[in-house]
Amino acid sequence: MEATSAGAMGSPRPDLYRTRTRRSTGEAAIRYALLVAALISVLTTAGIVFSLLEETVVFFGDVGVGEFLFGTKWTPLAGGESQSFGVVPLVFDTLYLTGIGLLVATPLGIGSAIYLSEYASPRVRRILKPVLEVLSGVPTIVFGYFALTFVTPVILKGLGLEVGSFNALSAGLVLGVLVLPTIATVADDALTAVPGSLREGAFGLGASRMQVSVRVVLPAALSGVVAALVLGASRAIGETVIILVAGGQKANLTLDPAVAMQNMAAFIAAASRADIPTSGPKYGAIFAVGTTLFVMTLLLNAISIRFVRRYRQVYE
Amino acid sequence: MNTAAERSLSRKVVERASSGRRTKDLMFRLALLFSTSVGFVVLAVLVIDVLLDGGSRVSLDFITSPPSRISPERTGVAPALLGTIYLMVLCAVFIVPVGVATAVYLEEYADRDSRLSRLIEVNIQNLAAVPSVVYGILGLAFIVRGPLGLKPVLLAGALTLGLLVLPVVIIVSREAIRAVPSSIREGSLALGATQWQTIWKQVLPGALPGIATGVILALSRAVGETAPLLVIGAATFLLFSPDGLGSRFTAMPLLIFEFISDADTDLRAAGAAAILVLLALLVVMNAGAIFLRNRYERKW
Amino acid sequence: MTRWLTIAACAVLALGAAACGEEEKGGGGGGGGDIKGAIAIDGSSTVQPFAQAALELFQGENPDVQITVGGAGTGDGFEKFCRGELDIADASRAIEDEEKAACKKASVAYSEVQVANDGIAVVSNKSLPVKCVKTEQLKELLAPKSKVKNYSELGSGLPDKPVSLFSPGEESGTFDFFTETVLETDAEQRQSNVQTSPDDNVLVTGVSGESSALGYFGFSFYDQNKDKLNLVEVDGGTGCVAPSTATIQDGSYKPLSRPLFMYPSAKSIKKPQVKAFMDFVIKNQDKISKAAKIVPMTSEQATTSQENLTKAEQG
Repeated sequence: MEATSAGAMGSPRPDLYRTRTRRSTGEAAIRYALLVAALISVLTTAGIVFSLLEETVVFFGDVGVGEFLFGTKWTPLAGGESQSFGVVPLVFDTLYLTGIGLLVATPLGIGSAIYLSEYASPRVRRILKPVLEVLSGVPTIVFGYFALTFVTPVILKGLGLEVGSFNALSAGLVLGVLVLPTIATVADDALTAVPGSLREGAFGLGASRMQVSVRVVLPAALSGVVAALVLGASRAIGETVIILVAGGQKANLTLDPAVAMQNMAAFIAAASRADIPTSGPKYGAIFAVGTTLFVMTLLLNAISIRFVRRYRQVYE
Repeated sequence: MNTAAERSLSRKVVERASSGRRTKDLMFRLALLFSTSVGFVVLAVLVIDVLLDGGSRVSLDFITSPPSRISPERTGVAPALLGTIYLMVLCAVFIVPVGVATAVYLEEYADRDSRLSRLIEVNIQNLAAVPSVVYGILGLAFIVRGPLGLKPVLLAGALTLGLLVLPVVIIVSREAIRAVPSSIREGSLALGATQWQTIWKQVLPGALPGIATGVILALSRAVGETAPLLVIGAATFLLFSPDGLGSRFTAMPLLIFEFISDADTDLRAAGAAAILVLLALLVVMNAGAIFLRNRYERKW
Repeated sequence: MTRWLTIAACAVLALGAAACGEEEKGGGGGGGGDIKGAIAIDGSSTVQPFAQAALELFQGENPDVQITVGGAGTGDGFEKFCRGELDIADASRAIEDEEKAACKKASVAYSEVQVANDGIAVVSNKSLPVKCVKTEQLKELLAPKSKVKNYSELGSGLPDKPVSLFSPGEESGTFDFFTETVLETDAEQRQSNVQTSPDDNVLVTGVSGESSALGYFGFSFYDQNKDKLNLVEVDGGTGCVAPSTATIQDGSYKPLSRPLFMYPSAKSIKKPQVKAFMDFVIKNQDKISKAAKIVPMTSEQATTSQENLTKAEQG
């Protein structure tokens, strides 16, 4: 989600209210009621953090932090001796799938953004931008269906590739399609924010449109474009359903995309469906993975906000 | 600020001046065109694929019958469709007051520089980026089990989804409220109205179309979510329609998930048909949002 | 603005009314339609299709009973059951000692009622031509510390293809039964090159989609997907036998035949809707099994179940 921009028109300075209103008890009561509503969002975060941490701490009591973070065998649902809680394969798969997705979405997304902001006429833009909005509104379960029943059998096998019914390539490609609109929209915002004077100057010096786009506008909007990529990555890392339906049931530590893979979010959903008991390391594993996922997306989000602020600052 | 029109104009004016490198430019332009069209092409292929797979199954019977294990040809989506609609309504009841109240507080009452309001703002931005599974965990830990202990019933599902899309409502409502010009507020205050009277009678009605659009968009998102409902334990195969806040329930995305996970091709076709029903619902909702935006949006 | 809201609200209500109307129409047919209440069933994913078929047929006559059926797995089903969260636990194996103890501790009494039969089918991908496999070979392939990387390592006649396996997960009764009977371990199986899922449909999709895949799951899932899979006969010491209704019912498909159970709790069987449901299940077990494409009980087994049920209801 894009950060909110500071408004140009809108709310008057608070002191405007202070000098003119009568502070009846009714007004004060309303103010507090609204504050309570606003605090619900804070409570939500507190709730997320608390619900994750409580069980994670218990889990780390059973299974050492080191074993979790650095172990390479992820078989939390197995019995007896085969059970192992090394999260490395799961994190690796998550990043691998995100990597495939970004490999697709980055060039296509930035390409679309450049086209929309530098080449398309306002009329074409009015048609194409809604297409992106529509694409971003498609429920992920539909993408999962698409990956499972079309991309894998028709496209991949049609190309003659030896892939299993559940494979990382299919899930990763569709994941890329999922985050494409996010990258394109945010990058487009960044590109259009570049002042016209920069372009005009370059054109005036005899540059072609391609040179202007690539050598002038893109570098100027770079932090915004990077923010777009980071946002896309964050979205891809947390995606559940596409991987759950088309990616596979196991976190395989391999570089082979024809093999099944599972990411952190899909593991959480799959494990919850199998209905684990309400205590013990199997239950705690869900929360430990949830915490890992939460921390990763939080970090990515913080990074992207930093980049957005940078590009906004330069041009406002 | 430079608008698309301005950029286009400056391009047209200056374009004639540049020359040479025609092929490279052309190739680049084609590459960009290709990139832009990929999104469009994939969307088209997706819709056509779903239509081909499931179009024949969609009928009034399909929408009004319950799912069937014993005769997959007669399977329907009624309980899930009703579940989705109930979830949507309950969710709206929750997010509209809370979301708008939060937006009003942040825009009209809060001191911009205070730590509290900054905390709330950053918080909302972070919440918007949290993956939906984590909201599922939150719902499982606090709403289904834990302090609220509601069990995986309709109300629990609606609250979990509500928390998920609340940031969207807040952000959009804030933009809408911010767009109402200061002069409106000042005029109202000059006539002796209190702050709340000003907000309730002038600002909110002015921001209403923007808020309504935002709420509909948030609900579209909630309607399409699968992961949180899976984690809190909503059923995927149910024959009865939910009959109250405390009823077990299922929803369209969950039923679709159940259908398409099935190896039976008949049920997969039903899954495609269910996708079409869900997409139709989303189209209606978004068309409503666009209509509201075009018809009622005021250009201050 | 208000006009559009009203129209939208009307559309929603109309949809709701239409759906409600359809169901009432559908349910009003049969008799005995005044039983009300909810029934919570969960457990084995192998029994789940049976339970779902039963609930459909039952709800046709009793539309006011709200039944939910889950497929979390036999083990997890028993855990929920012994916490008092279920009325009926579905199981693809008999309740184990630890589970018995847990139930006793929570004062959950129950009765064991067989409802159907099942065999575990061993299947392979259509391009992996395996005709028959001995139980010793299965044991070698799937043992916890197995290092078999190619099927040909197991013996002559088996194809030279890399191993890729699909099996139910640890929460599954099918898994428990297989590991106990074939692997002779306590719920332990190899981890490398194995993909597990509690959802048998996922296993079917997995095996049918990968050219060197082999897997096992409930026979009914093979039966419904015959065209996608290659059935592997199992030699339990007396020759290669293919699973079928007959060989499962008379036990000649060994060792992978087993009974399927429902465990109603003593407290729940007193509720009129649960009692009515269980009666219905036993009385119509043949019809339900056929509808769910599961192997039905023999008439002797059905009689025994009826006796157990009557005892439970009176107890």
